[in-house]
This record gives sequence, C-alpha cells and structure tokens, in this order.
Amino acid sequence: MSEVLKVPTMAEFSATDKQPEVLFWVGCAGSFDDRARKITKAFVRLLNKAEVDFAVLGTEESCTGDPAKRAGNEFLFQMQAVTNIEVLNSYDVKKIVTACPHCFNTLKNEYPTLGGDYEVMHHTQFLKSLFDEGRLTIEGGKFKGKRITFHDPCYLGRANDVYEAPRDLIKKLDAEFVEMKNCRKKGLCCGAGGAQMFKDAEKGDKEINIERTEQAMAVKPEIIAAGCPFCNTMMTDGVKNKAEGQIEVMDVAELIANANDL
Amino acid sequence: MSLLPNVIFAIILFSGLGFFVRNVSKLKRNIYLGKEVDTSGNTKLRWSNMVKIALGQGKMIRRPIAGILHIVVYVGFVIINIEVLEIVIDGLFGTHRIFSVIGPFYGVLIGTFEMLAALVFISVIVFWFRRNIVNVQRFMKSEMKGWPKLDGNLILYFEIVLMALFITMNATDVEFQSSNSGNIISQFFAPMFEGTNVTLIERIAWWMHIVGILIFLNYLYYSKHLHILLAFPNTYYGSVNPKGQLDNLEAVTKEVKLMMDPDANPYAAVDEDAVAPDKFGASDVQDLNRIQLLNAYTCTECGRCTSECPANQTGKKLSPRKIMMDTRDRLVEVGNNIDANNGEFKLDGKQLLGDYITNEELWACTSCNACVEACPISIDPLSIILEMRRYLVMEQSAAPMELNNMMSNIENNGAPWPYNQMDRLNWKNN
Repeated sequence: MSEVLKVPTMAEFSATDKQPEVLFWVGCAGSFDDRARKITKAFVRLLNKAEVDFAVLGTEESCTGDPAKRAGNEFLFQMQAVTNIEVLNSYDVKKIVTACPHCFNTLKNEYPTLGGDYEVMHHTQFLKSLFDEGRLTIEGGKFKGKRITFHDPCYLGRANDVYEAPRDLIKKLDAEFVEMKNCRKKGLCCGAGGAQMFKDAEKGDKEINIERTEQAMAVKPEIIAAGCPFCNTMMTDGVKNKAEGQIEVMDVAELIANANDL
Repeated sequence: MSLLPNVIFAIILFSGLGFFVRNVSKLKRNIYLGKEVDTSGNTKLRWSNMVKIALGQGKMIRRPIAGILHIVVYVGFVIINIEVLEIVIDGLFGTHRIFSVIGPFYGVLIGTFEMLAALVFISVIVFWFRRNIVNVQRFMKSEMKGWPKLDGNLILYFEIVLMALFITMNATDVEFQSSNSGNIISQFFAPMFEGTNVTLIERIAWWMHIVGILIFLNYLYYSKHLHILLAFPNTYYGSVNPKGQLDNLEAVTKEVKLMMDPDANPYAAVDEDAVAPDKFGASDVQDLNRIQLLNAYTCTECGRCTSECPANQTGKKLSPRKIMMDTRDRLVEVGNNIDANNGEFKLDGKQLLGDYITNEELWACTSCNACVEACPISIDPLSIILEMRRYLVMEQSAAPMELNNMMSNIENNGAPWPYNQMDRLNWKNN
C-alpha cells in the first residue's frame, strides 16, 4: 500500500520557527510493536483527516521510564524523565497527546515535579475534542449494530479517572455498546501493568488476561475495544486462547478510523 | 450514703482511660518510627475526604449488604455512646439516669438507643454468620487463619454482649419500666426478669456494661478494630493525587540532576554537610513513611482489596491485605523490641522483606490500583509494594531477570525492547 502519512517532526517544525498545535507522543509500543503500530497509524490518519497541526519527536523520543519506575528502578526512571523533559522543553512543548495510558500517566503526573509541566491528553480525549469542535465526523455506519464492549485500561481509568471519553467515541459508531460486569472503577487489569508486560507471571492458577477475556466474552461482544497498546496485546492473546476468530480486539482510534474508511 | 461505689467507679474509669492513653501514645510512637511525610496543602480537600469517606461511609455502600449493615453498627455505636456519658456521670456522682431531668425527651432518646441496640445486635449476628457459616470468600483467605479470624469474632462477641447488657440494664430498671417511656425494646424483656432480684441484676448489668466498654476500648490496640478511631486520620492523610501518580524519590532526583548537569565539577570537594541517603526503598517498617504505618494500623482486614486484586484472583500469592497485616505485625514486633530494650531498637535479625513479605508476592503486582480503589478507608497497599520493589532493585539488584533485560534495553536504546532509537519513526513507512 503506497499510503502517504503526513508525520512531521518537531525538528522540522523548529527549523521553520513554527509550533505545532500538539505533540503526538508515540511511545515505545506505538513505535515498535507490530500490533500497536497499526494503532499509531490509525490515529495519525485521523489527525491528518482533521488537519491537526501535530508533530512527533521521532528519533528524539525515548521511553518515559514508566516500566522502570514500576519495577522499582527510580534511577533509570528519573534519568529517562530528565532527558525527555530536556528535549520537550527545548522545543517549548505545551500540549501532548498519546495513545498509551502509561505514557499518559507518567507525562501527566510524574514529570511535573521533575520540571516537565505539560497539558497531557489521552488520544481518546483528544479525538473526543476533535468531534466536539466539529473537526472530525463519522460518515457511514460500518459498525452499525455491532456489539462492542470496552476494556478500561487501569492507567486511564482508575489511575486518572478518564472513563467517559472512550465510551463517548464508541457511542458515536452507532454500535450496540455493552458494559462488562467489571467496568470503570471496578475494571479488571489485563495483566500487563507494573512492568508485568516484560516478564512471566508469578505462579498461580490462571493468567490474568485469560480471566479478563472471559469476563469480556460473558457479554458476547463482536469487538473488544481497548485504549492501550498493552491491554490490546493481552486481550488479543486472550482471545486467541479462548475465542479465536469470533472476537476482534481493536483500539478506539482504529474503530473511528475504520468507520471513516481510513 | 456510702461513697464506695463512686470511688470504685472512678478507679475503674480512670485506670481504663489511663491504659487507653498509654496505648495511644505507644501507637503514636510506633507510627513515628516511619519517615516524615509532607502533607501540607489541600487542607480543604483532606477534610472533605474525611467527612465523605470516614464520617459519611461513602465507599462502604459499594458492597450493599456489608455496607448497609456496617452503617447500622456504625451509627448505633456512635449514638449509643451518648448513653455512656450518662453512665459515667451517674457512676461518678452517684446519680441515677441523670439525663432524665430533661423530661419526656429522655424517653425518645433512650427509645432511639434501644432501637439502635436491637439493630446493631441483629447486624452483628448477620456479620457472625457471614464470617463463620456463609463462608464469604474474602474471609477465607490464608492470611485470615488463626488470630485474625478469632479477632474478628471476638469483636462481634463483645458487641453482642454489650448490646445485651444495655437492654438487660433497661429491662430490669423498675422505675424506668414503670415510666413506660423509651422502653421500646426492653419492655419485651422485662417480664423475663419477674420474680428475680431485679435491682441486683440491674446493677450487675450496669457495671458489666461500663466495664465491658472500657475493656473493649483497651482491646482496640491489639485488634484490627482500631479502624473505628484511625479511619478518620487515615482518610485525612490519604493521597490527594491521581492514583496513577507515584512519588518521585527526592534523593534520586538530586543524584540524577547532578549527573545530568554539564556544569557540575566532578572534582569538586564533597560537601561536608551532605548526608547520603541511608537506603533506597524499604526493607523494613522504619523505611516506610508514617502514613504507610498509619495505614497498617488502620486496616480492618475486610479484604475488599484482596478480592479485587487481579493477581490474587488468578491464584498468585499476592494479597494486598496481607501486605498491610504483615506491615502491622512487624511494626508491633519492632515496637515491643523497643519496649523491651529501654527505648532502643535492638537488631533482631529480622525484617519486613523476606521474613514477612516475600519477593514472589511483590513481583506479582500489576500496579493496577484495584486495591487502592477498593479500600473503604483510603489505605494504599501499592505504595508499600513499590517501596519494597525499589529496595530489591536499587539496593539488591534482585529484579527478575526479564525485568533486568527490560531495564538494560531502556538504558541502552530508550525502549523496553532491543530496538534502536534511530528506528523510532520507521512505523511511518511500513
């Protein structure tokens, strides 16, 4: 596919002495993970369609340090944070959007006391604002009547009390939205948080992502919507295990982009 | 009239209160073994949290059965204590039902107490059934065997006995029964005592009631039931930040800033006043902060945290409730050690990490905050887990191997996986 995505970098903006409206923080998963890259692209297509003047850091971006901090390595976290803040401040960044709730939480809550104070939005909040401003609309009813449930990412929901934005977006799809029994504040973790993504689970009688997938399957969805690249991986694995071919796991941005045939 | 009962009463009352004050000062001493925390600012929000969460029981209702029963017992407990005030005055000054001077309203007051006492009695019986017969999952976990189970039941027995004594005391008070005002419940029990020495029974019930209350007050220090007092400061001092926000270690910030400062002189003389941080993270209770230790004393072992924990639900060893119970048990052990050694802690070759909480429990946490969200009185088990992980990683280099790989990747190439930072924008093209 010879698709052309417009992805300007901060360096390019700065060379012409211009400031973008917002910085898109892609994150490590969004940059390198095959599945998450699709989410990144879907989100960029939406940004392009809405003609958002955004930029990425590109090769100047580095891990926020979230998994290191949660693993207990405060040194590594703060080294990452201070380096990133140096880069962000040198570009005079004011507003950041990211498709990863872990980056979102760290940038929003843990960078300020280290000298990095930005307005940080999760991509579902940002997309919601584009709809509210009329810069983005949904044409066609590709998901009309589809049964969709939403898995709350811990670092978006409980950690930062963002529950409505992703739901508001899904409801725009004209789909049949259905809540899991454990949702919002009571949403069960996918099993990836706190650096668990990068290690095997401790001994137990079940994997957490299987438990969560079963909870989702209980409401018989056709699509499990997610808002986090790690949740996406965990739920996709769970579905492969329990209901391969019957349920799709998609990011909210992908749903919106697909609905618009992007 | 002999003053003997008044004197005996005063002795019992003041020794009961005296012991309680002694317990409270010990409690405070133990909590102050922890590190100081800056809790300045947000005063309004903190008061509002205390009013909503502790006073208003805002989070209890999330589990409706336990929540509503708990509110009944809580309201009953608080209001019936007005009666205790009357008992204390009567006991000290040899009066009888001194508050009855207020006239007909006294009947309304005692009537309310009797109704509440009956409701508390019923609720406590239901609680007992939930703990011992219905086998509610969260009361059956491994950390609830032995003393914690007995403790839970003892509290219920205390309350059953105290309520029964209160009703007996009223039922056998001839004057009170004949006034027929406020004896809503006790009138049904009065006939049971006909033909007995009611005056004697009334006195026995009255004395046992107040002595029971004083014993219960002093039992708190040894029991999970401390939450009836500590829930208030605990909700006040609970975090006012987003749950996802973990604190940035200040000692580390200083080091990192120095490391990153291009103007720093590597040959500069060491600042004489500079104090090296004694330890990164926590391996024992003294390394935790005072709020975390207050959390441990406040925990009433209800297990809502553990029942919401994804790791625990899938059979891992981690139980957030056990983290809190272990922290308290170790803190009590350290406190007793200090008492036994003239006010100084003598090394006992034990610590919280390893002897109480294992690495396996700590590494099972997904930091999802379900436990923090579930706690009805703002306890934060996650912060203790993180502090101990910090010790394991920064002091002992004892992370699971896969996490070491993740961390060296971040260090080397700025991502948890071994991809080059220079390839970060490649997604654009393929």
